[in-house]
Order: sequence, then C-alpha cells, then structure tokens
Amino acid sequence: MKTVITDVLVIGGGLAGLRAAIGVRNRGHEALVLSLVPPKRSHSSAAQGGMQASLANVIRGQGDCEDIHFEDTVRGSDWGADQIVARMFVNTAPKAVRELAAWGMPWSRITAGDREVIINGQKTTLTERQDAHGLIAQRDFGGTKKWRTCYASDGTGHAMLFTVSDQAIRRGIAVRERVEALSLIHEGGRCYGAVARDLVTGEIFSCLAKATVIATGGAGRLYRVTTNAVICEGMGHALALETGVAPLGNMEAVQFHPTGIFPAGILVTEGCRGDGGVLRDAEGRRFMPDYEPEKKELASRDVVSRRMEEHIRKGNGVASRFGEHLWLDITQLGRRHIEHNLREVKEICESFLGIDPAEKWIPVRPAQHYTMGGVRTKYTGESPWLEGLFAAGEAACWDLHGFNRLGGNSVAETVVAGMIVGEFIADFCDDPNNSIDAPLTLAKTCVRREEDSLRALLASHGQENAFRLCAEMQEIMTRCMGIFRHADGLQDGMHHLQRLLQRSRDIGISGKSWGSNSELVAAYRVRRMLKLALTIAHGAYQRTESRGAHFREDFPQRNDREWLKRTLAFWPEEEATLPTLSYESLDVTKMELPPGWRGYGAKNHIEHPETEARQFAVERIRSHAQTQGKDRFTLQEQLMPYLECLPANLRGKNERLDEPLENEE
Amino acid sequence: MSRQVIFNILRYNPQLPNVTPHLQRYLLEAADGMTLFIALNEIREHQDATLQFDFVCRAGICGSCAMLINGRPRLACRTLVADLPDENTLAPLPFFELIGDLSVNTGKWMRGMSERLSVWLHAQEMEVDTRRIEERMDAETAEAVYELDRCVECGCCVAACGTARMRPDFVGAVGLGKIARFRADPRDMREDADFYELIGDDTGVFGCMSLLACHDVCPKTLPLQTQIAFLRRKMAAQTIKSAGKKTSLR
Repeated sequence: MKTVITDVLVIGGGLAGLRAAIGVRNRGHEALVLSLVPPKRSHSSAAQGGMQASLANVIRGQGDCEDIHFEDTVRGSDWGADQIVARMFVNTAPKAVRELAAWGMPWSRITAGDREVIINGQKTTLTERQDAHGLIAQRDFGGTKKWRTCYASDGTGHAMLFTVSDQAIRRGIAVRERVEALSLIHEGGRCYGAVARDLVTGEIFSCLAKATVIATGGAGRLYRVTTNAVICEGMGHALALETGVAPLGNMEAVQFHPTGIFPAGILVTEGCRGDGGVLRDAEGRRFMPDYEPEKKELASRDVVSRRMEEHIRKGNGVASRFGEHLWLDITQLGRRHIEHNLREVKEICESFLGIDPAEKWIPVRPAQHYTMGGVRTKYTGESPWLEGLFAAGEAACWDLHGFNRLGGNSVAETVVAGMIVGEFIADFCDDPNNSIDAPLTLAKTCVRREEDSLRALLASHGQENAFRLCAEMQEIMTRCMGIFRHADGLQDGMHHLQRLLQRSRDIGISGKSWGSNSELVAAYRVRRMLKLALTIAHGAYQRTESRGAHFREDFPQRNDREWLKRTLAFWPEEEATLPTLSYESLDVTKMELPPGWRGYGAKNHIEHPETEARQFAVERIRSHAQTQGKDRFTLQEQLMPYLECLPANLRGKNERLDEPLENEE
Repeated sequence: MSRQVIFNILRYNPQLPNVTPHLQRYLLEAADGMTLFIALNEIREHQDATLQFDFVCRAGICGSCAMLINGRPRLACRTLVADLPDENTLAPLPFFELIGDLSVNTGKWMRGMSERLSVWLHAQEMEVDTRRIEERMDAETAEAVYELDRCVECGCCVAACGTARMRPDFVGAVGLGKIARFRADPRDMREDADFYELIGDDTGVFGCMSLLACHDVCPKTLPLQTQIAFLRRKMAAQTIKSAGKKTSLR
C-alpha cells in the first residue's frame, strides 16, 4: 500500500483550495493538492461577472464600505448567515482583490471622465472621478446597495483561477491531478487525511496529513438543470457526511440562478442585468418592475428566480419544444459594450444558441447554481466535530451565505476563505500538540475497506445501472426540490430518492477495468450523491418556512420564531436511508443586524421573540455612538465585536479614496 | 425522420497495451441542440461505458474537451452535431500524453511549460500591503492583458502546430502567448533580455515556422499571429543587442 505523508492535504484544486494551499505554504508547511482535473479546469473558472469587495472606486460605489457590504450579505442570506463570518469576510474581501492585483490579476480598470451606461433601461451618463483613474472598476450586481463587483470583463473566475494557480506553481505546490478522495481517514474525533484513488490507473492509496481541507465546490449535478460543471457532484460534501460524525449544514439551501440559457442551463452572468439588461416575457414586456418595484431585475437571485417562475406559471412564458422560458434582453447595451465587457456571454450565445446577443434576446430560465449548504465549520474553517478537518469555499458552511448567496460573493468567498482558513490551518499545524504519528495501521484498514468495496462493485452482478439511477435522481431533484417546494412533492421525492438509494446497492457494472472506468466511478458516486440528495430533501421537508432560496408554497412566510436556526445533517448509519437532523439556533441577541425586511421580496415574516429587544438595543447603541461622535469602527465594535476572530495579519482597515489610512504601522 | 450520425472514434487505452489502437464506430440519433458533450455522454451511457473523454464546464470556458474533430483541433463541448456531416472521426489531440481514447494529459504538459517559462507575474515587490489602494493601470492596458489572459490551455494550438510535431520541446503558441501576456503587463519587471533567456531559441519563438494553424484553431480567438510576430521581432532585436554587448565586452 502506498502512503503519502504531508502537512496539509487539500482536496480540490479550485480557488479556495489553491489559496488555502498557498497560505499554508507561505507559513512554511507542505501542502499536497488532490484534484479531479487539472486545477485550471476547476469550476471556479466559470464564475463570470465578478467578485464583491467594497473598494468604492467607481462613482456609483462611492460611500461603499464594509458596513454596507455586510448588511447586503446578511439581508441576502435572509438572516441565515453567521454575522461574525460575514464581518470577517467583508473586511478581507478588499485585501483579497488587492492581493490578486499584486499577483497579476487583470482587473478591469476605471477611465476618468464621462461614460454612458444603461441604468434601469435608461441611458445615463456617469462621470468617473479623476483620482479614481486607473483603479479597479466595479459593476452593479443583484441585491447590493452600491456598485461593488470587481471584474475582469466577464471572465473574472477564469482570470482569478489562472492568477492563483500560477502563484501555486511558482511556490512549487504539488498537485496530483485526476485523483479523487474516496473517504476520510479518521478515528476518535481526529481526521488524519484521506483515501484517494487515481482515476487513470485505479490505484488506491492513503494521504496522511496533520490537517485535511475539503475545498471541492458545489453539488449542482444532483439536479438535471444546473449551471455547474460535470465535476460538481458534491463528493467533498459526501466525504464529511460519510464519516458519520461531521455534519453538513443547511443542505436544503440551494440557489437557482435566474439566467441559465434554455434548455442547456449554461450560465450567462448576472453582470448582464447589472450592466443594464432586462428580462422580458412572451409578449416582449419587461415584467420585473411589476413584481419588484424597488430592485427590479436586480433583486437577489432567489427573489428574481421565483418571480420568473411565477410569471411563467401565470402563462407568460415563451413556448418552445423543450418547454417554456423567458427572455434576457441585453441588446440595448450596444455591441461595443458586449464585445468588451460581456465577451464570454457573447461566445456562449454564438456557440450554443447560434445567436448574436447584440441583436437578439437570449432564452433563459432559472437553473440550479449554488450550494449554500456544506461541511459545517467554525469561523476558523474547522469542523467542531472532527479535529483536523477543515473546509473552505462552496463546499463549506461556515456560514457566509445563509439561505441565499449574493452574486459576486462566491468567488470572493473562495479566495477570502482560502486566506483566512489557510492562516488557521497554519496555526493548527504550528501547534506541536497537533503533530501526528502517522497512523499507518488505520490508513491500511481504510485503504483496504475502499479496495474491497470497489472490488465488490466490480464483481457484482447487480441489476441496476448507475447512469440511469443518477438521471432519475436528477429528475426528482429538479421536479421536487426546486424553486417552489411543497410538502406533497418533497415527501414524494424523498420516497423516490430512498428507493433509489436502496436500488443503488444493487448496481452492476459491465466493464471490469480497475483503472479508468467511468461506470465504476458513476456507481460509487451515485450512492454518495443520493445521500446528499436525501439530506437536501429531508432538510427541506422539515423546514416548514420559507427563507432565502428555500421556498415552501405551503409555508410561504419566513418564520424567525421557529426557524432562525441552521440545519445539521449527520449520516451515522451506513445502512440508513435518511440523515439524522439536528438544529443549531442563531443568537438574535448578539446580531449586529437583527432580522427584518430584506428590502426586496415578500414583507411578511414572523418575528423572533427576541428581535424587538435586540433592535431596540442596537438603536440605542447607534444613537449613543452618534451623539458621542464615534466613528463607524467604534460603533461596529460596540454592536458585535469580531476583529479578534480574524487572523492577525488580516485585521487592518481598508484604504479608500474617501477613507485614507492614517499612517499606522 | 431524425438524422443518424456516425462517429468513428479512435480507441486505445495505454493501460491495456494488448488492445491495438483502432477506430470504433458508433451510431447515434441526432437531437436538437445536441453538442458533442451530449453525444459522447449518450454513447458512454447507452452504448459503451468504457469510452474515455474529458469534459468539465461543458460551456466552452475550461478548455478540457479539446480533441480532433474530423482532423481539426476543437472544443467538443462547443461543437454542435447539427453542424457536423453524417459521418465523423474523433481522435485525441496529438502531441500530448495519451490517457485513453479521447483523453489526453494536457494538465501535465501545461504545468511543465508554466514552470519552464515561469509564467507568473514577476513583480518588483513580493509582498504588498493589501490594506492600501492598489497600483493604478490604464483601462486599455488592463484590457490588453486580459485579452491575452483568456487562454484556457486547451492545447488546440500545440496540437495544430507544425513545429511541435518535429520538436517535442517546443513551447507552443500557448507558451509564447503567456510570455506576451506578462510582457504586456506593466507590473511585470522582466525585460526583453529576461524573456530572451526563456524563449530566444528554437524551442521558443525562433522555432515557429509561421504556419500559424495555432491562430486558426484557437477557440478563444487569441491574436496569436500578431503576438508571435511581435515577440519574434523583439527577441530578434534582443539577439542583436546582446550580440553587440558581447562584442563590446570583448
């Protein structure tokens, strides 16, 4: 049996994993990255529109700061987010953007003077400040009060991933490509690494490490219609779940992006609407202002997606042979803008639809897009249930996004989490108490277990076909666990999924190759995907309220009284067909921003009994600070101290044109 | 009646050296909007689970699925079956290490190339104070850098390259394009003398025979023709400069 020993095992070679690896490497620890694909192919590259950070460079971003980014993020999350984590995030995001700039990221920049833009369907002239000339530009995105989304045309994720990946290469960080982690090696509440499989040769080996990081992205492929890449099957989520001890948080929180091209589900960026694109129905009418007079097309994604489906249900969809859709119209942005700022969108429209988006409308319909749920961790990124197990990025639930993530906050989260969690992992490895005697016997047992299980699969004469089971699961998820959920559909879907899970124990495989074998891979993955699907289904069924992207037609109100809490899903018994759920309450009395109306969407939530008192307390602290002439930092500190939670090197204030840094050391 | 399309796929798995390379024929019913991503998955799921190929984003963004489609390197995910003839040949990209069937190891080659050409930003200062306002850059310069940064390392340019066919150590248009990208970046402190050390020979810019199939096949339509020509001029000038220096030293 081959054993690889390293300090930090990073599972996943996307932005979060690579940035965490760089972080620990900078602190002198060795990192090994396992990646299903060459890292630059990771799904991070598909992020188009941009990354939120309150730089406040553009004129429409003037006055922006951490406070506003924080409030937008918490409102976006429908108060599901951990506000401490949201604070840590918004303070680090500008640093992440500037670090990337110093590493070579080709951020789009500001030209001083007049420029013509489209705002709310109207041509408007904006005048960029002279002293902002050459600084990083921001565009508008949904659910934000200021223009805050930094971008590189509409290939932001690609450019970020290449920048970070090249920095990892520069530091000589080892990446094992086409290697999949099959299970975590753990004992007595301590994680020691993972059992891995080479997808080309089939070799199974163990990777032992002081710290293990899950940074495997989302689980969009549980759904039939998704913007996610084919590798986004939630296998990192499954690694944690299958330990039986480390739970997943809020798996029922699944985001649907308003503009997946129809019917393939390929993403066209929110930047289209941020830059002035509008949604139209079969009549060609712009309908969002009727539903959301304030934010219109730029309400949060959960709200826009829901309104679109609602509009289709009312009979306003465009009929096609694949079903109904709506239109995204960016023609008024003009050819020049599209060819410079939305060029990936243009390429996608040309290649997959055969249309020129400067001339014609784009057929769109909401598609699964983001997994808010993930491996539940503390603010340090470590699982409180399994020492030495960390998670970062989309695979984690630390929990920045609550029940709905804002556009532009995901690629931001990947690098920010990589920076923060990377430091905490390095601290963890620095601590002599955390050094390990390589548990070779345990590793051997774990490797043998995986080998036996795959051998049994290969030898099986089972009746079931893995690809077909997967397709059935995706169909059920899209039908029953989508944008509109109802007890009947959820229950029905759950029963079907349970049956599929049982059937997945009887999969047969025709090709017997031990090495590259897509059927074998599909077989062991579909079993894990079904468990994840069931954690979504069960969590959604139990949560009898509507919050963010989780919308129950039979319980349309957000219910803070009963449900201001995070779902935890454990899978303690391998033979079970449902996860065990428990809940973690959010503490209203400590919130900087107590629950209220989001500023868009329905205005009908049920109050938490402690909200009023907390709101009163917050108001009192605010007015007191105001009368005393305290600055925003002091006020924030009084409302919800968090700075101590950040690694020391990330605690500094962020400089802005209108907010110069004093010359402090 | 719907259209039947034939795919003759080059099959070979180096893990099973006893099976000689051969073309295997698959028949598929074309559907509306069907891309090669959909077609190949359909073949794998319904006809032959042993078929190997690579897709990741299936949206033309990640560059995983480059292959020879009727002899031409292209991204399979962006190829519509409706645009193909009734009978087609699919083969793996040449030049790269074969993993099996249509899957090749571009990742390993690209990492080697990146290390060899040190294609990362060589900034003056390694550590910046990230609390401070960023360095300025003109919008046009930033866009010009982004233009070259759009490369997805799919390998099409190398697979189509005449030089690469003869010189396995040629850095390819992808490598030259990356040098051009960092050369265009005002944050990079390297000078032509430094770039000359990396690409100033036949494995680099002087190996290019200007056949420029790279330019024709690039799925991101990178301006490879002008960039390579420009680099060659600069590097040739550098040759003269350094030759002059050496002479004067003597």
